[in-house]
Amino acid sequence: MGSEPNGSFAALIRKRQTWLLLAGILCFVLLPRVGGQYTSYLVLTFFGYGVALLGFNLLFGYTGLLSFGHALFFTSGAYTVSYLTAKFAIPYMEVSIVVAVVVAVVIAALIGAICVRYIKIYFALLMLAFGMLTYSFLIKFYYITGGDEGMPVLRPHLLGFDLSSMAKMDFLTGWYYYYVLTVFIIATWIMWRIVSSHFGLALRAVRDNPEKAYYLGIDVRRYRWYAFIISGAYAAVGGALVAPVIGNVDPTLTYWTHSGTLVFMTLLGGFTNFLGPLLGGLVYIFLQDGVMSLLHYWRFVFGAMLAFIVIVAPGGLAGAIELIANKYCAKKGA
Amino acid sequence: MILSANEIFKSYGDFGVLAGVSFQIHEGEFVSIIGPNGAGKTTLINVLTGLLKPNNGKVFFKDHDITGIGPAKLSRLGMARSFQLVNIFPTFTVMEFIKLGVLSRQGKGARFYAILKRDREVNEEAEEVAQIFHLEDKRDVQAKNLPQGDKKLLDVASAFALRPEVILLDEPTSGVSTSEKNKIMEILIDASKKMGIKSIIQVEHDMDLVFGFSDRIIALHSGKVLADCTPAEMEKNEAAMCAVVGEKGCFKICSSLLE
Repeated sequence: MGSEPNGSFAALIRKRQTWLLLAGILCFVLLPRVGGQYTSYLVLTFFGYGVALLGFNLLFGYTGLLSFGHALFFTSGAYTVSYLTAKFAIPYMEVSIVVAVVVAVVIAALIGAICVRYIKIYFALLMLAFGMLTYSFLIKFYYITGGDEGMPVLRPHLLGFDLSSMAKMDFLTGWYYYYVLTVFIIATWIMWRIVSSHFGLALRAVRDNPEKAYYLGIDVRRYRWYAFIISGAYAAVGGALVAPVIGNVDPTLTYWTHSGTLVFMTLLGGFTNFLGPLLGGLVYIFLQDGVMSLLHYWRFVFGAMLAFIVIVAPGGLAGAIELIANKYCAKKGA
Repeated sequence: MILSANEIFKSYGDFGVLAGVSFQIHEGEFVSIIGPNGAGKTTLINVLTGLLKPNNGKVFFKDHDITGIGPAKLSRLGMARSFQLVNIFPTFTVMEFIKLGVLSRQGKGARFYAILKRDREVNEEAEEVAQIFHLEDKRDVQAKNLPQGDKKLLDVASAFALRPEVILLDEPTSGVSTSEKNKIMEILIDASKKMGIKSIIQVEHDMDLVFGFSDRIIALHSGKVLADCTPAEMEKNEAAMCAVVGEKGCFKICSSLLE
């Protein structure tokens, strides 16, 4: 964000951004062919979380509101898929995604109308409260939500094709992988447009200095509310994409630690960079997988990492990479 | 008459700040509001810009009742302000900063799927404003890295980018070295001519600037209008001069005058 001197790392990236982007997409496209099935499976999960993280960071990185209950929207998206596929026998994934967005927009509009009146810690805690409220709701109203056991997610039809005869992993790392990759790329593209738009600049203004923004004609609360709704819709799409992967939705999805995971991923990757949260999500998922299989104390390792990031590299991985690369470029230039 | 304040009362709890302030601003005027610290100048500005709702009294701008309507709506009606303390978006570049004002005036703030960089209407107008304020060479500098004087100018430039008819300048040169003060004022006057600003209201402590530029001076003391006259008349008004310049020896005269 902002400006960078010529010859810096960011400027270097900017020059070649189209090629870098295409290379990145190519890697994801080829992965199921060259990488193992399990790796593809992890990356598939990442795509879902990636969409949610893009939404989360529109609110956190760009608007300056840290939500500690964002898993609520992720959960609403996941439950939507479960409801449609298992209860209403509507197996079409496209329908699921659209309904998930509509449901999330309605919920976000209502909750947001209350929450965006507050900022900083008050906003964070209010969102935490709403997240936990949803958790209790899902547990207590078991006759409509399945209680703590949750509800199953049936295999969705993709673009109208019924693929239920395929083996589960073949489906997930085959057709479903490419389906989700496409949604992920589209979602990233749209979010890039949003943050590069007039509205995106206005949001950053609201984050940097609400008083000044207000005097420049930006209706601060209304803009926060818009950002909140878009952010909620993104998280819901993320949840909807992940639901068929986990195969069963349950209330722990909206437990506060899951919201914390979104915060962690974003901090790990770096919230000041557009792609930072995505990098964070990818690293988190692989790291968790690796550390969990080696140690019982993976939470301890992650706690230590979080402390390290906040103290040493507040810009996260993206920030650190940029810093190191800038130094390298400067040396080379001198 | 473009702006009028009618019998404005404002108190914070039991603490009264404005005790019946009335005045009118006409088209084409440069009016300075002066007064010692605690006279209620900032509160008055906040009431005039609709940020604060007065306990009593009304503010009219071009026949609209703007009492307490809030700065965002007011900016659309044609009134803007700058701030006493440097008030910037630290991470914005100079151009982004000005563009925000421009796109807000053009009513494009909620355009979420247009690429700002490709919006020629916004870019051209922002370019124009940057040139008027002599900031075009610093277009890509982040606001937080600008020198103090340029930060002040940028704050004002973004308000001008709203193309208001009336602009309120809250100490436009505070915190700036004396040598720079006149330069900033000249740029401001020049900009208001070029951008069709009808009236300027400034709050200022520097009496050289007040007497040098104003058509009219409103002296505020303890929440009341002590004097409302031309600079020439003001110089003769000893009591008001004492009150606003605030020398110690004058204190008694002033307080007796108010009682």
